[in-house]
Amino acid sequence: MTTTTGPHPTRRLILQGAASVALIGLGNLAFAPARAAANDKYPEEAFKQKSEADAIKALYGKAAEPSDKVKLDAPEIAENGAVVPISVTTTLDKVTSISFFVAENPNALAASYKIPDGTLPSIANRLKMAKTTNVVAIVEADGKLFSASKEVKVTVGGCGG
Amino acid sequence: MTSSIRVRATANGDITEVQALIQHPMDSGFVKNAKGELIPPHFIQELKFACNGKDVFVADWGPAVSKDPYVKFSFKGAKKGDDLKISWTDNKGASDETTAKIA
Repeated sequence: MTTTTGPHPTRRLILQGAASVALIGLGNLAFAPARAAANDKYPEEAFKQKSEADAIKALYGKAAEPSDKVKLDAPEIAENGAVVPISVTTTLDKVTSISFFVAENPNALAASYKIPDGTLPSIANRLKMAKTTNVVAIVEADGKLFSASKEVKVTVGGCGG
Repeated sequence: MTSSIRVRATANGDITEVQALIQHPMDSGFVKNAKGELIPPHFIQELKFACNGKDVFVADWGPAVSKDPYVKFSFKGAKKGDDLKISWTDNKGASDETTAKIA
């Protein structure tokens, strides 16, 4: 009797160990999207950043790579910098957010949109531009960042100039 | 009181297209008034669209969004007659919300 029960505790321990490792693994997987959802707070710090690179870092914590799958639609010349119609569409899969940056505005980040499951990765909005500069759209897809940018010439400033 | 939010949501098959226009000054804090004083920043920070209890679109805005903001997007999973709830809050704590029927 004692000889047969001998190996059992160890085996149980090993099994328990394996089970808890598996649970931790699952826990991490389940935790990542939950955190993304809980990350709903207004990204105040990102909106305070002056430069586009700092704003992207504050918002996403990583850098973006240019992609031809991100289509940024903005006018060549904006007659009124206070109202510049800008839109973005993308063919990328698993898009979770789209953000717009105006490189030389007093604060680069203009708007950031969360794209829940079931919402199409296509947005149109209107932004203010202080002067002629690049407009950058960032698409977060499958955890990676992709960007497109376009220079828009502004003939009348939108920030009081 | 009339709402600050005007919405048009149209279902076409499985895809609902939403266009919204909100009345708001969206003061950036960089513009001066006639007396030469800076107008303090006053802008919408968060705008949410929810349909059938689920957020379908969330916008975080800075002061660089134009006055009387306009936004357009599309989402799946709703049908004609469903309610679309739109709400915003600005940096001074003001807020507004409205519910639109998807046409």
